[in-house]
Amino acid sequence: MSATTPSSIAAYCTRVAASLVEDVSRPAVTMLGIFLAALVIAPFLVNDYLLTVLIVVLYFAFTGQAWNIMMGFAGQLSLGHAIYAGLGAYIAAVLFKQFAIAPWIGFFAGLPVAAGCGATIGFLAFRFRVAGVYFAILTIAFAEFARIGFDHFDYVNASAGLFLPVAQYTHNDLWHLRGSPTMFYYVILGAAVLAFVICRALLKSRIGYFWLAIREDEHAARAVGIDSFGYKMAAVMISAMMTSFAGVFYAFFYNNLFPEQVFSISRSIEMILGPIIGGVGTLFGPILGAFVLTGLAELLNAAMSAMGLDLPGAKQVFYGICLLLVVVALPEGVWPWLARRLGLAGRLQ
Amino acid sequence: MTALLSVNGVSKRFHGLVAVDGVSFDVSAGELFAIIGPNGAGKTTLFNMIAGALAPDEGSIRFAGEPIGGLPADAICRRGIARTFQIVRPFPALSVEDNVVIGALLHSSDVVTARAHAQDLLRRLELYEQRNRIAAALTLPDRKRLEVARALATRPRLLLLDEVMAGLRPTESDRVVAVLRGLNREAGLTIVLIEHVMRAVMALASSVLVLDHGVAIAQGKPEVVVRDPAVIASYLGAEPV
Repeated sequence: MSATTPSSIAAYCTRVAASLVEDVSRPAVTMLGIFLAALVIAPFLVNDYLLTVLIVVLYFAFTGQAWNIMMGFAGQLSLGHAIYAGLGAYIAAVLFKQFAIAPWIGFFAGLPVAAGCGATIGFLAFRFRVAGVYFAILTIAFAEFARIGFDHFDYVNASAGLFLPVAQYTHNDLWHLRGSPTMFYYVILGAAVLAFVICRALLKSRIGYFWLAIREDEHAARAVGIDSFGYKMAAVMISAMMTSFAGVFYAFFYNNLFPEQVFSISRSIEMILGPIIGGVGTLFGPILGAFVLTGLAELLNAAMSAMGLDLPGAKQVFYGICLLLVVVALPEGVWPWLARRLGLAGRLQ
Repeated sequence: MTALLSVNGVSKRFHGLVAVDGVSFDVSAGELFAIIGPNGAGKTTLFNMIAGALAPDEGSIRFAGEPIGGLPADAICRRGIARTFQIVRPFPALSVEDNVVIGALLHSSDVVTARAHAQDLLRRLELYEQRNRIAAALTLPDRKRLEVARALATRPRLLLLDEVMAGLRPTESDRVVAVLRGLNREAGLTIVLIEHVMRAVMALASSVLVLDHGVAIAQGKPEVVVRDPAVIASYLGAEPV
């Protein structure tokens, strides 16, 4: 094996990067590059408020990508994804607060729990042929169990909420995720980019093709030798593990966790709105959906406060209208339509 | 020589209805075997039991000497039996090529190799020009050929074809017959087909099984079977073929 010199690492990274974009058209690579560059320099250009909005956008781009593995790729509708984020959040937060364990280690500690939870739901559903709407209800039920369970779980302070110590930080401590919004911005940007890359790699590989086959027609998929049970289990577990990272981020960004909020069905619904609006099963849809939804919702907020209006629930009504418009006008989502307009049609986008 | 596929006293009941009643037959390796019979005779039910979509209530099914009755469909496909569906089921939103790539990925984890294999099969089944179209956009005869390509991509030893000629014009059906003959001759592929198009059956099959009301009423060489009075009465009608 060749020595690990910086130049060989660079060469390897270049090869990996090249293989990631090899089947993407030039204009698409250029646009993606400009978009990514804009995101990288954004913290230097925007104010604190906009930076927070961008953090929320990227958070939903990340969770949307994770949810999309289950629904968009493997065709399994989860309406209870808050459970995976919540488990990741609580595990990392408790380990940090009680034992001063860094959140990155806490994230790895939470991975098997999230995967195990996904595997339990998946096993019950796929083994006993709970499919479609009934599967979705099962996922809601588990998230509700978790909400009620954590509401009475004294070790994590039950319904009174778990708070992480907050102080004025003079420097950014990436290892302990304590620092400025700019640091959090880059963490969630990195996570969103990584999620995009992982999803693309999955979709390009054998497992991705098998997921699509199961989504399209499970009966026919099994007839070509695909062990649909195993591949659906893999989809749920990978999606659950990815989502658990969002929970870790949430805990350390907001510094407080309430079961009522963390495991609420509203959290699960928020996660899936982005990909539904952007385009279920597409790679760029969850990202576009997060920008469109959160961006427009914040614009609405700004416009309302400029006009001196205070209408609680306006955001929810707005989400409802967006969903309605997309379902009626662009049932595939905004991205497939936009991609055709931009001449970027293709399955791997 | 032992049979590649051996079906022994297989029955399937749906509540009160006996769809398949004690059917037995053997298919040797390299054979082209046809199953014919009127609608509702139990042909597709019999297929579904061989392919693992249904478990038989009675009897045994052996493939290459091993019992496979009651195994799940994916396990049976991995052992080397591929099938098409009477009512076609391509993966509708995926491209024609990706449909076949998915089949080819059963035996190669590498997508590039699987794609090359898929393209060979698409050329063979005259679908190469349409490879980038969405499967749902194909005509019915093309979707039937796509199912054959997808099934072949799994590199089966035994191919089960459920009415792939139905709805084809005689010239089209002749082309499919030529492709199947070629596969049988070159690769030694064993084929069991359910078919109503007697022209194709007579041209292809070395052996024919006739089902009626779930019971095997005749079996043998096609030219003998079509003269069997019971077959004429139940299926072919008075006019000899």
